Formats: sequence, structure tokens, C-alpha cells
Amino acid sequence: MSEAASIYSVDKVLLVAIRDNITDTDIINLQEDLSERIVNEAARGVVIDIAALEIVDTFVGRILAQLSSISRLLAAETYIVGMRPAVAMTLVELGMDLPGSKTALSLSHALRSLKAKGLA
Amino acid sequence: MSAPPAEPAARIELRQERDVAAARIAVSRAMDAMGARALRKTRFVTAVSEIARNALDHGGGGVLEVYRLERPLRIMIRCRDEGPGIADLDQAMTDGFSTARSMGKGLGGARRLVEAFRIESRPGSGTTVEMEAKP
Ligand SMILES: Nc1ncnc2c1ncn2[C@@H]1O[C@H](COP(=O)(O)OP(=O)(O)OP(=O)(O)O)[C@@H](O)[C@H]1O
Ligand SMILES: [Mg+2]
Repeated sequence: MSEAASIYSVDKVLLVAIRDNITDTDIINLQEDLSERIVNEAARGVVIDIAALEIVDTFVGRILAQLSSISRLLAAETYIVGMRPAVAMTLVELGMDLPGSKTALSLSHALRSLKAKGLA
Repeated sequence: MSAPPAEPAARIELRQERDVAAARIAVSRAMDAMGARALRKTRFVTAVSEIARNALDHGGGGVLEVYRLERPLRIMIRCRDEGPGIADLDQAMTDGFSTARSMGKGLGGARRLVEAFRIESRPGSGTTVEMEAKP
């Protein structure tokens, strides 16, 4: 498993914690690990936690968009959580408002939504 | 571009991906030392990340220097590479233009996120970007 992210299983939901120094190589590993685990564990929900990220540039923004698309294609509802307010404002100015990704304020908000839909 | 005003507060060689993170950390620290506000820091560090990654990905590596300018107090970076340069700067600055089949949002986005943005580039002689922001 790559050092730049770890995947935990919480209430049948896969929680992906992204660390600050993620690289190109890590991303490929992470995409592989996550898609395998979604299928193997029949996960219906994925929560990507970016609270550790001080900034999100276009590089990381694209990673987040790709991870959301992969999970969605594998039928897991996906939330991005833990975005700092300054990061949200900066992403809008970069022209990257992550249109394909659902966001929630925190892990517990995302879990509540997933539970309400019977996915956790 | 004119000569740098003072000794840099930090100098980072951009040779591999982790050097981009090192550049972000150096700028973040320099802005902390100026008592920068969170939003200003996030904006500037994000712009620095775009420019440093461009120097690495498109310029074949480069050097990023961090300066603290006085009266009024502000942060400045200069990022240089000796890569292929940019033939059409207006086109490169346009959102959506990329020669790397990427999103092409880095340069235009960086310019919107900072208070002063200067770019100099000629095919064959590399690229230099300077950016400034208030703390
Ligand atoms: N330092 C550089 N040296 C040579 N060409 C550059 C440099 N920086 C940018 N360019 C050129 O300008 C284009 C636009 O840059 P920009 O950062 O906006 O987009 P990108 O890097 O292609 O994609 P993104 O940053 O969205 O992932 C690049 O595709 C490249 O052709
Ligand atoms: Mg770029």
C-alpha cells in the first residue's frame, strides 16, 4: 500500500485518507487498491478524506476527480470530506469545482448520508 | 526580469516530484514567518505548486527561490527552468490549453491566485515565472 494514502473500512464504507505529499506513482497504486477493495468488499460507499491537505492544486484536484469517477463506476457512492474553507475558495478560482464529486463537511456527515440511503 | 532584490530566504532545486512538496513547505514557512493570513497563504502556496510542477513536468526541472520583500512587506518567488520554453504565452495562459493532455488550468489559475505575476519565456531558452503576494 502506498504511503501517501491509506484505506480503512468503517461500517462497510471505505475511508481513504489522502496525505499531503501524494505523487503520480502513489496515485496509480491508490486507484488500483481502492478499485480492488470496492469490488472485493462489495463496498457501496467511499469517503475520501482530504483534511490533511493544506492545499489542493490542479494535480491533486484531478486525482480526486478520478478517484470519484472510478468509485462511482464501480457503484460505490463517493464523498469528499474535510475540505478546508480556504481550499474550497482556491479551487473555485482554479476553475476546478469538482463537478462530478459529492462533498460532505465531515466523515460523520458522509456516513449519515450513506446510512440514510442504506449504503452503510 | 530585474535582478533579485536580496538574498533568497530559501532555494529549492526542482528535480523530482517530492521537490514540489519541498517548495510548497518552504513558501508556507516563509509566509508563516510574515504572519500571513490563512486564505492568502493557501492561494499563494497553490499557485507556487502549479508553477513548480510546470517547471518539473514541462521544463525538465528548475530552481525555485523564495524572497521576502519589504516596504510593503510581501513574499516573492522566482522559478526558473532551462527547458524548451513556451512559443505562444497567451495561448499557454489560456485555461484549457495544454500540450500534455492535462487540464491546462495551472498557469491561468496561478495568475488569478496571486497579486503580481510575470512570465518570461522563449523557445529554446527556458521559462522564468515571478509571483508576489501580500502576507
Ligand atoms: N515551465 C514550462 N516550460 C515549458 N512549457 C510550459 C511551462 N509551463 C507551462 N508550459 C506550457 O504551457 C501549457 C499550459 O500550462 P498549464 O500549467 O496551464 O497546463 P498543464 O500543465 O498542461 O496542465 P495542468 O497544470 O492543468 O495539469 C503546458 O501544457 C505547456 O505546454
Ligand atoms: Mg501545469
